Amino acid sequence: MLGAVFLIPLFPFVGFLVLAALGRKLGNPRAGWLATAMVLASFVTTVIVFTGLFERSPASRSYTQTWYSWFTVDRLHVTASLLVDPLSMTMALFVTGVSTLIHLYSIGYMSHDEQFPKFFVYLNLFVVSMLILVLGGNFLLTFLGWEGVGVCSYFLISFWFDRPSAASAGKKAMIFNRIGDAGFLLAMFLIFERTGSLQYTTVFSRLGHVGTPSLTAIALLLFLGAAGKSAQLPLYPWLADAMEGPTPVSALIHAATMVTAGVYLMCRVAPILHLAPDAAHVVAIVGVATAFLGATIACAQNDIKKILAYSTISQLGYMFLAVGVGAYVAAIFLMLTHAFYKALLFLGAGSVIHAMGDEQDTKRFGALARLMPITSITFLIAWLSIGGVPPFSGFWSKGDVLENAYAMSPLLYVVGALTAVLTAYYLGRCYLLTFRGKQRWAEARRDGKGAGLHPHDPSWLMTLPLVVLAAASTVAGIINLPIHPFDLLQRWLDPVVGAQLRQLHFSVGTEWVFAIGDAVLAALGVSIAIGLWRRVAEHPALEPVFLRRAWYIDWAYDSFVARGSTEVAQVTFDDVETKGIDGAVNGFGGLVAAAGRRLRTVQTGYVRNYALGLMGGLVLILAYVVVRAFA
Amino acid sequence: MTYSSLLAVIQTPHIDYTAILPELICIGGALALLLTGALAVRQLPTVVYTAMTVAISVAAVVSSLVLWHIVQLHGAFAAIAKSLAIDGFSVAFVLLASCVLVVAALAADGFLRREEVAGPEYYALALLSASGAMFMASANDLIVIFLGLEIMSIPLYILAGFDHRRQESGEASMKYFVLGAFSSAIFVYGIALTYGATGSTNLAEIASFLANNVLTSNALLLAGLGLLLVGFGFKIAAVPFHMWTPDVYEGAPTPATGFMAAIAKVGGFAALLRVFYSSFHTLAIDWQPVLFVMAILTLLTGAILGLVQRDIKRMLAYSSINHAGFVLLGLQAATASGVSASLYYVFVYAFLVLGSFTVIELVGKRGDRAHPIEGYRGLARREPFLALCLALLLLAQAGAPFTTGFLAKLYVVEAAVQAHSYALAVTAMLAGAIAADFELRVVFLMYGASAPAPAEATDAAPAFSIEGSLAVPDPVSSAPAPGASTGTLASAAVMTGHDLATVTVAGAAASERVEVPLLARAALVLTCGFTVVLGIWPAPLFAFVHAARLLF
Repeated sequence: MLGAVFLIPLFPFVGFLVLAALGRKLGNPRAGWLATAMVLASFVTTVIVFTGLFERSPASRSYTQTWYSWFTVDRLHVTASLLVDPLSMTMALFVTGVSTLIHLYSIGYMSHDEQFPKFFVYLNLFVVSMLILVLGGNFLLTFLGWEGVGVCSYFLISFWFDRPSAASAGKKAMIFNRIGDAGFLLAMFLIFERTGSLQYTTVFSRLGHVGTPSLTAIALLLFLGAAGKSAQLPLYPWLADAMEGPTPVSALIHAATMVTAGVYLMCRVAPILHLAPDAAHVVAIVGVATAFLGATIACAQNDIKKILAYSTISQLGYMFLAVGVGAYVAAIFLMLTHAFYKALLFLGAGSVIHAMGDEQDTKRFGALARLMPITSITFLIAWLSIGGVPPFSGFWSKGDVLENAYAMSPLLYVVGALTAVLTAYYLGRCYLLTFRGKQRWAEARRDGKGAGLHPHDPSWLMTLPLVVLAAASTVAGIINLPIHPFDLLQRWLDPVVGAQLRQLHFSVGTEWVFAIGDAVLAALGVSIAIGLWRRVAEHPALEPVFLRRAWYIDWAYDSFVARGSTEVAQVTFDDVETKGIDGAVNGFGGLVAAAGRRLRTVQTGYVRNYALGLMGGLVLILAYVVVRAFA
Repeated sequence: MTYSSLLAVIQTPHIDYTAILPELICIGGALALLLTGALAVRQLPTVVYTAMTVAISVAAVVSSLVLWHIVQLHGAFAAIAKSLAIDGFSVAFVLLASCVLVVAALAADGFLRREEVAGPEYYALALLSASGAMFMASANDLIVIFLGLEIMSIPLYILAGFDHRRQESGEASMKYFVLGAFSSAIFVYGIALTYGATGSTNLAEIASFLANNVLTSNALLLAGLGLLLVGFGFKIAAVPFHMWTPDVYEGAPTPATGFMAAIAKVGGFAALLRVFYSSFHTLAIDWQPVLFVMAILTLLTGAILGLVQRDIKRMLAYSSINHAGFVLLGLQAATASGVSASLYYVFVYAFLVLGSFTVIELVGKRGDRAHPIEGYRGLARREPFLALCLALLLLAQAGAPFTTGFLAKLYVVEAAVQAHSYALAVTAMLAGAIAADFELRVVFLMYGASAPAPAEATDAAPAFSIEGSLAVPDPVSSAPAPGASTGTLASAAVMTGHDLATVTVAGAAASERVEVPLLARAALVLTCGFTVVLGIWPAPLFAFVHAARLLF
């Protein structure tokens, strides 16, 4: 059954090819159904492979399927191979599962778009890339998927490329990701230089011969790559702008799957991180700092998608915190539950945006709960989940991370706990502004169209994913309860990261204290939000410009980096490029072309001249022979 | 004298028919075609001959696969009084020649019907020529190589002049013939000198003679080798023996050009690699410098002169000269991996050139004259399928990753680096870059704007629009300013058919539809499929090339 793993990326790939070739002929909505069917087939295959892996004994749960030897250059031998182990299958399962739901939702959401088939071409290509990323058996194949998701993300952010803001958001994402990718590339070079291989299993078996400084460098460079893809400090600003893409894209790529690639990579290289504790500390500190920063910014945003974007940045920070303190299982656990509730939040936001006629400002919503009951209830569940209210899934996963953080350093715990309160608060604000309070959308619309709106829940295509995700957000906690026979995920991932896990030695009493503490934090955030925002839509003191402008970090990037480098670029373009490089290139080109024109005159078209050329060559060869033989 | 007493005087060798089955199939097939043509009561439609040729060449493919199997199971052997060497290397080339025949027949069918050339002669000549290339590949004797060379070349001379309505075709044939005869004479003289120096024309015997004897003076031998190199250099179009190439490629009917470009390189390189690498390996120090210079000249001349061409057939002629330089890289290394790399390159190249000329043949339209490069402007919108195929093939020729062309270039350059021929490796890469300029320029033209806007056309990203649905959103130039996005793919993709029809293209004839016959489409699918599939999944071809070892 494990042999079927190659089908997992193959289905969406076939979908991509067919849609690329015939997408327009299939049209709307058949192209969407085809794409969804392909991802669903991939999901079913993943389930089959997953059960196959499950039936094996824990020690033998690693299977490499080598398709072929990709290329060999000197010592570098790269195979196209897929690695099936608990970690990759967990990822594959949730990537295909969430993607299926989002494909389904997109059929409804994009139904009025002229570029409908193209959207699904990109979505399918994205799923292929993501699956190659998580299933790849070596760094290079993972990198291939890594770049693939980057490209798809670019295409999809600037999907409505006739809007200048979408176009520049796409560029911004691309540039920030390139910085991270440079780190990934350098890390690969270093890994190959030190271990002579890029295959995960081989690299990990040779780590004993690599010195700690090299390991630290490798881990930090990989983290740079992960920080780019997963929007961590200092490479996070692109994710907020990425919300220019269609909302299902934000849900799929910029909340649930792609941005978790960095977390996956860090868990994949747990053996390296384990041997480089300094790098792990950096990861933990950057993670918790990002979590706090993202949460504070989210408190003051009005655009519903911006709130969710900063929330994603913050939650990803939590995951890196978990990775940094050696709690890989907690990181994956949080990633899974986060995928459910964050996708749910985005899809709910998409419903609202649709209902409000493409309005995204929460200050212009209000009192939608009765008009859109399904959206409202599912959004509420997502809020309670992400806020960490028991017994929703977020309670379990966030608690797991905080506990591990405490074991490393109480300071990390304090910042993490503070962030947890903020999380429950800002999403509460978002929920209350949108669904409760006074109805503000009829008169607040600038274009005056507000009065004509009749908000209602969308069709079943869009509500079905909401309900499924809400159910998952509610109960997903059971995959890893902190009580022994129910710590399924812990035991499942044990063969992959077990050796590197931090061992916690808390007594049962301490565990209870943590659990109650988490519940109190969540309750605190929730009650503050309700107290402040239930009726009132304006609290200027709580939305300081400093936070609304995202700590002025974007502004700083813009002033110091972007403008500066634009100027450098302009100068380089005017002087170095135009006069220097272009001159040299054109000069060389001109020289070559001139040489060509000159040489061309030899090509007279007369046979006698050609025969002479042949003769000349012969004479030269014979002259050489004479020199060689007699001199 | 009776027959039996004659046999006692003349010893006839044992003929191993399996060893020459592919050649026999081709020659027998050619005769069958001619007979059918002569005996047919009415004139048969071209497609009958095409079908026969495809059947014959598929039979040749199958028989060479059988032979491959025999060699892999029982090892290589020498056949027919040791005049033929049946080893992995020769069978690989025989197989390649058969494959070339299949594709060439598929490609030629539409042309012959379009130009109303009736009769089986075109196919019969192609089959005979291919049998010559096969003999060159399996020859274990200089005389047999020469025979193969002539069997291969003479039909090619005729094919070059096959289009009697175009004066250039006859001229091409004449030039090719005169210069070919000249080079053949030099080649024979080379055989004579080699025989004088070593006492044999058998390649294995020459090798063992050189291994067992120390020559006081090797002037005679080296001179013979030099003359052989001239003969080979002419066939493979290496500089300075290349000058016929552009004229003949341009003048010959386009499907014949493609076939000629493929088959002459197959036969020429098969024999060249075998003679130099296995017979004269002990003299490698002597011939390596010559090949070094020859490779550099070939690489650079092909690249530089390709830049200034305005006719796509001439441009591809120079491109093929450039490719010949790359193949020489592998031989110049004089290592087993170098020869493997060369073999790989020839395999890849044969399909690339056949596919490219098939597109050109179709775009050339009735009369086979529409070959200015300018005529390819905006082809992507008129003929998306042809443009996509040509773009793929040209990208592969330029060495783009995920095509066979990339690995082919990689392996020959790697061989050169391993042999410490760094200057050659660097030159090759530079020449490859220059050649990529003119190869990719055609791609830009095809996917660029239809209106003459050269600056923008060359700035556009080299991405494809498959049915328009893959068009790249180009945030940079998609600012709302009107006209700012002309020339980008984004706008190309949203143009409607009506817009396209009104766009005028250089040459009024270019705007009429190109007919793409089914068989030509099959030929394109085969060549492009080979290029892309084995570019992404190179392992089978790589394993095949590694199994294609020389006998000694």
